[in-house]
Amino acid sequence: MHEIIRVTGLTKKFKDLTAVNDLSFSVKQGDVYGFLGQNGAGKSTTIRMLLTLIAPSAGTIELFGKKLQGNKHEILSQVGAVIEKPDVYKYLSAYDNLRLFAKLSGKKIGPAQLMEQLETVGLASRAKDKVKTFSQGMKQRLGIAIALVHDPKMIILDEPTNGLDPHGIADIRNLILRLSRERNKTILVSSHLLTEIEQIATRVLIIDKGKKLVEGTAEELFDPAQTVVELSTLDNAAAARQLAGSQWAIMLQPQREGRVVLKLDRKSIPDLHRYLVQHNVDVLSLQPRHSLEDYFLQLTSGNQHVDAFTD
Amino acid sequence: MKHIYRFTLILIAAFGLQLTSHGQDVMPLIKKVKAKLDKVNDYTATGTMKTDVVFIKAPIGKVTIYYKKPNKFKLKKESGISVLPKGGVTVTMNNILSSKDFVAINAGKEMVGSFMTTKVKLVPTNDSSEIVLSTLYIDETDEVIRKAITTTKENGTYEIEMSYGKYLSYGLPDKLTFSFNAKDYKLPKGITMEFGDEDKPKKEELKNKKGKVEITYSAYTINKGVADSVFKN
Amino acid sequence: MWTLLQIELYKIFRRPRTYIAFAAITALIAIIQLGLKVDGKSYMEFVMADLNRSFSIEGNLLNGYFVCYVLLNLLLVHVPLLISLIAADMISGEANMGTLRLLLTKPVSRTEFILAKFIAASIYTLILLVWLAVLSLFVSMALFGTDDMFVMKNYYAVQISEDDVFWRYVGAFGFAALAMITVAALGFFLSLFAENSIGPIVTTMSVIVVATILSTMSIPLFEAIKPYLFTTHIVTWKEFFDEKVDVNNEVIKGTLQNPQRIINSVVVLCVHIVGFVAASIWIFKKKDVLS
Repeated sequence: MHEIIRVTGLTKKFKDLTAVNDLSFSVKQGDVYGFLGQNGAGKSTTIRMLLTLIAPSAGTIELFGKKLQGNKHEILSQVGAVIEKPDVYKYLSAYDNLRLFAKLSGKKIGPAQLMEQLETVGLASRAKDKVKTFSQGMKQRLGIAIALVHDPKMIILDEPTNGLDPHGIADIRNLILRLSRERNKTILVSSHLLTEIEQIATRVLIIDKGKKLVEGTAEELFDPAQTVVELSTLDNAAAARQLAGSQWAIMLQPQREGRVVLKLDRKSIPDLHRYLVQHNVDVLSLQPRHSLEDYFLQLTSGNQHVDAFTD
Repeated sequence: MKHIYRFTLILIAAFGLQLTSHGQDVMPLIKKVKAKLDKVNDYTATGTMKTDVVFIKAPIGKVTIYYKKPNKFKLKKESGISVLPKGGVTVTMNNILSSKDFVAINAGKEMVGSFMTTKVKLVPTNDSSEIVLSTLYIDETDEVIRKAITTTKENGTYEIEMSYGKYLSYGLPDKLTFSFNAKDYKLPKGITMEFGDEDKPKKEELKNKKGKVEITYSAYTINKGVADSVFKN
Repeated sequence: MWTLLQIELYKIFRRPRTYIAFAAITALIAIIQLGLKVDGKSYMEFVMADLNRSFSIEGNLLNGYFVCYVLLNLLLVHVPLLISLIAADMISGEANMGTLRLLLTKPVSRTEFILAKFIAASIYTLILLVWLAVLSLFVSMALFGTDDMFVMKNYYAVQISEDDVFWRYVGAFGFAALAMITVAALGFFLSLFAENSIGPIVTTMSVIVVATILSTMSIPLFEAIKPYLFTTHIVTWKEFFDEKVDVNNEVIKGTLQNPQRIINSVVVLCVHIVGFVAASIWIFKKKDVLS
């Protein structure tokens, strides 16, 4: 599998703010690449740099094995994108919008193909209606139709589920899976919601304050052998001492807010539980998380989105 | 659209013919001029008219002039807009002839161009006359009026110069120049919407406010009859 | 490039806003024509008052050519405001709608994108002027007939023969088109800097209003900059309605009194257009699209 995107040392500075800081990652063909980070972490800036909307301050971007700078036309004709809200011309119909953007993609796309595209996103019946009468979800689907209309090899979706209801979110998720499995598209999808990414991504990159936090395959990051347990007891210090003198000591992690943290295989959790009971540790709670979730929770602790990551 | 003008000042000379008995010494001369003009019962003339006023840029226009005895006169411009001095319209035959009493005074000889003329001053005896004073310059050899200067109460002084050619025997001019004093012209910028000042004329140009109307006759058709309807407005 | 231009024109002429200017011009011209048709006589008396003291001017003074001249005098000051409605919205409007980022993720060059948009705005301007010409010249000719054209200037009047007028209008409208494209270029340039269209539209209008005031005020302080203000040159179309005279003060048909003045204005306006468009391209190529 060869690389579709290779980003090296990518940096973007806006006056005093460094939005993206020395970021490197690569996306391989067929990946559904989950790009995770809080709002303002630098996801959008990175995506805009991939799409030539923003010029990098430093670093290189290669797409399809070619430098983005100097090969813009060739590269962009193989990319489809939805960036944040999918805004289109409100005074035009869905069909006319699709036709207009299809024309710009440089490929000849006939009326039948345009209608077919609207069919796949479920807008065929509203093709002639002006977009100003559309709901947010319909606009989102039209945006995706526009991104797909020229049959690009790679699709970039920036926060595609923003502003959608649960039904709409499920629709988008299913569409992404279908595009990946049935049409073998490489997809880069960004989100600030872990739940969205973990259900579809084959690889995941988490960034924070413009820097890479962790990158890996879903198998690695969702590995049950790498489960993190957070232990809350009546006397955390005593519990920590107890565990430090036992066979669990090698699994101990630095404490967080006084709580004891261990990293272990998911299968060992009942044993841990038993050990604590046998040694009279008064357990208040024992919360297991896979490592990706743990990362993200650390990242967003105290954040309004924290509830989205708990089971 | 054709426009009709009473450009009757050409015939201003004719009022001399209406004089009765003042200025005995010049009467025979005036009578001779009258006799010559009397040969013409009517005419239709074609020609060109040019308005020459320093602050008006006007093209030459084609005109047709109609005349019928005793005092019917009409100037028609073939097309376009005509700009004529106001006096030319208001000093009509009628208001000149309404007062018949003039005193004719021989004022000596004077050259008009290369022609020796007799200068005759006509002073109306009627106070209500529009004309204050007229001076005719009569060529005794050819028995025609070469020049006339008329001062009016309302419209200033006019000067008419005539030159003769083919139609000398009828006393009809080939060219007639009507000179007058043009008043100041300046329009506020609000009306013209011209905001630049570059077009301001030089001071000496403004002083020279004499305007002229020139009529050059190319052909006359004499005594072939002119319908009265032509003179109606 | 051709595809981009087609798309831009398609967008312009599918927007309701585009037709505001056409409706406004139609309404204004109709009102003025109606007014002159009904009460033209007293208007002419007012305008001609000064000349009428010494002269008797006859003929169809209030003809179609004259009415068109009056209309152009009144309208060409305001048409820039209508043009800025569209031109100052070309980039900022797309940024505001959020379509700019989508357009620029397509394989199009930014230079071509800017040029296509500017040309589209210029075509809109031209069509607006053609519409203005049809209404103000041809409809006026039909309503008021034709005759010699009598133009009053501050210090003199010009009478132009009927058969010498039409080409002057062709020239005047051609010049007006150039002047209005300059306005479009200004609005277009300003539209780069905002993510809503109100800002650039108001800024364009303000620049025009301020520059027009500077151009019309005869204050020595401003005289020095006057020749460089494009608003000074917008009114140069009037030079087409002034003729040369020969030594006998006789009009020479088919001449212009100050052809050099027209050429100067054309040069100044062209420099403005090229400057604004080049600056637009230069800035836009480096611009980070954050909208």
